[in-house]
Amino acid sequence: MTPDLLAALTAARAAKRPVVLATRLPDGAQCLLPDPARPAPLNAAAAQALEEDESGTVKIDGTDWFLHAYTPPLRLIVVGAVHIAQALVPFASEVGFAVTVVDPRRSFASDERFPDVTVRTDWPDEAMDALAPDSRTAVVTLTHDPKLDDPALDRALRSDAFYIGALGSRRTHAARLGRLRALGHDDVTLARIKGPVGLDLEAVTAPEIGLSIAAELVAARRGSPLAPARPAARAA
Amino acid sequence: MSVNPEDVLAQAARWRAEGEQVAIATVTETWGSSPRPAGSQLAVTKSGRMAGSVSGGCIEGAVADAALRTMETGAPQLLDFGVTNERAWEVGLACGGKVKVFVEALA
Repeated sequence: MTPDLLAALTAARAAKRPVVLATRLPDGAQCLLPDPARPAPLNAAAAQALEEDESGTVKIDGTDWFLHAYTPPLRLIVVGAVHIAQALVPFASEVGFAVTVVDPRRSFASDERFPDVTVRTDWPDEAMDALAPDSRTAVVTLTHDPKLDDPALDRALRSDAFYIGALGSRRTHAARLGRLRALGHDDVTLARIKGPVGLDLEAVTAPEIGLSIAAELVAARRGSPLAPARPAARAA
Repeated sequence: MSVNPEDVLAQAARWRAEGEQVAIATVTETWGSSPRPAGSQLAVTKSGRMAGSVSGGCIEGAVADAALRTMETGAPQLLDFGVTNERAWEVGLACGGKVKVFVEALA
């Protein structure tokens, strides 16, 4: 790989712009896609690789090309800079999520408690509007405080977030669903919220609960049978 | 931001910036039960540092040898690994999978 190409690829990734590094086999000629100067079939194959987030070798006009899809990291928005969040963040980062922690309570949301992630101290509704969760975003609420959790869940349910989880017992969750119903969400929409959050590991400690949530994020991302049922598409 | 251990390219770029000679091996195709999907990478330096993986550990040694050759000649290589046979010295995948690995120098 030439220094110019490495620089271009690194810049695209830093800008969170999805790109494909195309390598002609076996001679190793390379280019970045999409690029209108390249043949349409090659660009089309690259677009598909990005869509499916899957790298692989394709044959185009008798030539083998390896298409390496570089998609931006999945995002995780954690509402509540609580102890369980401190445990969850490293697990989630390790499995490839770019994590943002949201908590307006500054004593919780300190850089000392969350040294390696983006921390926002605006209110969850404002933070969610700014972060604009999409189909590559997961949202987890951990505060137990309806003032903080509910606005975040309300925004998450109006987004395409691929996973929405809320910490709390079954009883807490039932009460929460009642409040969200009052905000106009129907039962199909509310079924997108996984509560209690996380795979059922009988987790007790904060690290165990963090692990169970991270494990469920992986299951949801990979379409595992352990994942909660896939959320219905957002109502138009 | 913490470093994602899967981001082998970033590690390779850092080593290159430190003045190391670096080659990158990338899984380009898999068949059967290969442990690592296409796009998995192993970075190797001339001084012997390694990051990432292209298999469960079965072929990393052979790929690292190929990487050293590519660093010397500058020529890329497309390597083909199949199932191990009875001969214990043959390099292959005990899992029964097959992989193709592309090896290139980071110029």
